[in-house]
Amino acid sequence: MAAWLERNVPKLVLAPSFVAVLVFVYGFIAWTAWVSMTRSRLLPKYEIEGFIQYDRLFAAPRWDTAINNLFVFGALFIAVSMLLGLLLAILLDQKIRAEGALRTIYLYPMALSMIVTGTAWKWIMNPGLGIEATVRGWGFEGFSFDWVIDPDMAIYAIVIAGVWQASGFVMALFLAGLRSVDEEIVKAARVDGIPTWRIYSAIIIPSMMPIFLSAFIVLAHLAIKSFDLVIALTGGGPGYATDLPATYMYAMAFSRGDLGQAASSAMVMMAVVFAIVVPYLYSELRAKRD
Amino acid sequence: MNKPAFAAVVAAAFVSASSAFAEPQAEVLHWWTSGGEAKSVAVLQQEFAANGGTWTDMPVAGGGGDAAMTALRARVLSGNAPTAVQLKGPAIQEWYEEGALADISAVAEAEGWANVLPASIAGHMQCEGAWCAAPVNVHRVDWIWANADILTANGIAMPGTWDEFNAAAEKLQAAGIVPLAHGGQAWQDATVFEAVALGILGADGFRKAFVELDENALTSDAMVAVFDQMRTMRGYVDRNFSGRDWNLATAMVMNGEAAFQIMGDWAKGEFLAAGKAPGVDFLCASTPGDGFLYNVDSFAMFNVDGEDKRAGQALLAKLIVGKNFQKVFNLNKGSIPARTDVALDEFDSCAHLSARDMAASSESGSLLPSYAHGMALRGAQSGAITDVVTAHFNSDMSSADAVKMLAEAIANSM
Amino acid sequence: MTDPARGLPAAPRAGQAALRWLLFAILGLFALFYLMPLFVMIATSLKSLEEIRAGSLVALPARVTFEAWGTAWSSACTGIQCEGLRPYFWNSVSLSVPAVAISTLLGAVNGYVIAQWRFRGANLIFSLMLFGCFIPFQVVLLPMARTLGFMGLTGSISGLVFVHVIYGIGFTTLFFRNYYVTIPVELVKAAKVDGAGFFRIFWSVFMPLSLPILMVTVIWQFTQIWNDFLFGVSFSQAGTQPVTVALNNIVNSTTGVKEYNVDMAAAIIAALPTLFVYAVAGKYFIRGLTAGSVKG
Repeated sequence: MAAWLERNVPKLVLAPSFVAVLVFVYGFIAWTAWVSMTRSRLLPKYEIEGFIQYDRLFAAPRWDTAINNLFVFGALFIAVSMLLGLLLAILLDQKIRAEGALRTIYLYPMALSMIVTGTAWKWIMNPGLGIEATVRGWGFEGFSFDWVIDPDMAIYAIVIAGVWQASGFVMALFLAGLRSVDEEIVKAARVDGIPTWRIYSAIIIPSMMPIFLSAFIVLAHLAIKSFDLVIALTGGGPGYATDLPATYMYAMAFSRGDLGQAASSAMVMMAVVFAIVVPYLYSELRAKRD
Repeated sequence: MNKPAFAAVVAAAFVSASSAFAEPQAEVLHWWTSGGEAKSVAVLQQEFAANGGTWTDMPVAGGGGDAAMTALRARVLSGNAPTAVQLKGPAIQEWYEEGALADISAVAEAEGWANVLPASIAGHMQCEGAWCAAPVNVHRVDWIWANADILTANGIAMPGTWDEFNAAAEKLQAAGIVPLAHGGQAWQDATVFEAVALGILGADGFRKAFVELDENALTSDAMVAVFDQMRTMRGYVDRNFSGRDWNLATAMVMNGEAAFQIMGDWAKGEFLAAGKAPGVDFLCASTPGDGFLYNVDSFAMFNVDGEDKRAGQALLAKLIVGKNFQKVFNLNKGSIPARTDVALDEFDSCAHLSARDMAASSESGSLLPSYAHGMALRGAQSGAITDVVTAHFNSDMSSADAVKMLAEAIANSM
Repeated sequence: MTDPARGLPAAPRAGQAALRWLLFAILGLFALFYLMPLFVMIATSLKSLEEIRAGSLVALPARVTFEAWGTAWSSACTGIQCEGLRPYFWNSVSLSVPAVAISTLLGAVNGYVIAQWRFRGANLIFSLMLFGCFIPFQVVLLPMARTLGFMGLTGSISGLVFVHVIYGIGFTTLFFRNYYVTIPVELVKAAKVDGAGFFRIFWSVFMPLSLPILMVTVIWQFTQIWNDFLFGVSFSQAGTQPVTVALNNIVNSTTGVKEYNVDMAAAIIAALPTLFVYAVAGKYFIRGLTAGSVKG
């Protein structure tokens, strides 16, 4: 008995979390799948009606916009935040005197509620109030920065605010990763006269691949759940040009009392995420197997 | 739930409200959280307390009640419904159909609500013949606000038709003034749209299109004309209108940057808070056309256990429609009382106009629910309309395409 | 110039001083970008409402007043109570601290098992937990409400702690697993040879190595939980509402008079505990903890 316990301790330790995830994530996904097949409005109903909600979803022009925006926003937001986070982490890792202060400055945006910072960004990006007006005030009359009011460009304005909010955390993640790299190897490389950029690109960064996975998952999670950001900055506008699946889903589920529709949009969104995340996960976990 | 038995309990609680039978309790979910609104609802809490009740406040602001409705659903599903909830429009009937609402007919009948409320507003408070909600106020949505000095300086009167409005706007634009202060948020686009629609379609056309969702009315030439007027008005807003909060648009009118704003009577609160006087600094009028679009706030009582809570519901319902609360609340909020027998001596000229128009339009059958503020339609349908309205206003979509899209969106929302 | 406690030796030659200045310039420019919205928020919070209404939104205040800060803290209306954010802070603290502690600890142990005690199916379990990070919270709200009602945790702080722990496990496990997986397995083998058991190795070998990732996890969890609105508003009742609900009530009124100065001050005040956590956690971003011990 004691030996069995000893042998199975790791599994027993993992079991409660695993069960919780099974029930509260996968159980609830199954629930959502069920509700997406019903005509639920204000509250969930459980009579299966077939794929009616999916038909409605794919017939809605607003959903097209939302899912397209998810690709544009998601790709840019993840790529830019990742690069910027890595760059800042490497620069901060150069024995910077004010590292503590700078690190907090890069991190603080995540602490502030987007409900309010969104208002600040809205003013900053508004051509009549913020950057454009200020730069023109300096005498550069031709300067223009009006993304937030342009239906074709507004989604990029959201990318800027999103990167501003999330890149600091990615920086912290990479910084922790950099500090876990075995410094003996780095010292040895330096003694061999390898230039700093080569040490980073050939030794340090490849050894941090699992940290990239963490950063990717966190950013992808933030991208698909970006809700406050959109609501506060553009409210989904101009028109519904900056609608994202998360705002669509919320509007359907709670403002419009159209729960079945919200559930079907959630299922489609999870399918998209699944299609992107699973191959990455597969290659990442396979490569790590000894 | 056994309705007659419950009605008897409410009646008993009501009759013996002052006896020691059950101390009234209420947990109240509402979204009135800022300055004037919070003060207004605090009046109710004070009256409730003065009658021996204990009020537990459960405020959730955001999205015009969206966040509160989210919390409400979670609370109901977890079997812990709040005692009383700020709820309005067809959502009241939707919740009733889910079997979540309590019947307050005993109070309503004892207080004679049917005699003091305009019929169309009373209709919103009834579910399958029973009273299920208590109205607090009447906001008028189809207001047009103006900067008095600008109008005088440019020799412009408040417009009586949309053509007059367009002519005035052209004149102002030539003078370098932004004709229409507007915030490009979906609900503000919808607010302007329904004011235009009421003017162009008329009361009957509006009812057919936005209450009955009649397909012919939705695809009529008159509806194309409504979108045409929206396109014209798109030319009268400034370049930076996207995403602007409504109160900043009001500030533009106050500061003389813009001449007009189309917004419900909560805009009056902004003017008054800045120390501006109605009729002197700013002008109020109904938007061109006949009719009155109302946005009525109300409270519904949820099914709860416990004599004390039911006593609380009965007392609350009685106080909400009581004359004193109706007066004090609406003085603070900028709206007018829902009951028609409250003396309006202390109200300002805009409120008097509103009350007069409400009585007249109630007579003539043009007292209509606001679609943009969730009074006319269930969420799925009103949301579908707003999607089209805001997509049209913020792009170069043609009016014919917009009308086609409108019909499709409504069909898809069913 | 080399500091033994930190990794990369600074550039030794004087010719590289220019490079260092460039480095500082770049970091400084980024700092300005990050600080821009904070500048707008602080400037606005120090203005009077008249000044804001007159159209000055992005400019510096003409006359500085701290009134809005006092209002936000102790007298702004969040409903019929006008006591500012103050009464709600304790709710947030008493739900964040246990939720962060429990989810972080669980994540550390889970990550340790998955990365270092690999067994058949461990990677599958990890993938399942990981994919769970993507479930939209909007759809779990209603079934979760039912569950909490069933468990008798409706409207309570414990209920909120429970929800945050459940939906935090995926992330915390992710962070620790991906950190521990870079540590050679020889470490565990060596410790086993020394006779140490599962928990002993975790506490005395792995925890001491984990400070940076522990801090990253605490930063993440604390931020997520402290700033959460959706769960906070749905699973609380009068008396247990967290500070984000109060902030939302101050800021998000639709038809009331908007007081931007109070809004901005309230947002900064509500963020102070999180900023404090960042500043404290930042001190543990140190290198060299693993030096020597890792090479087994």
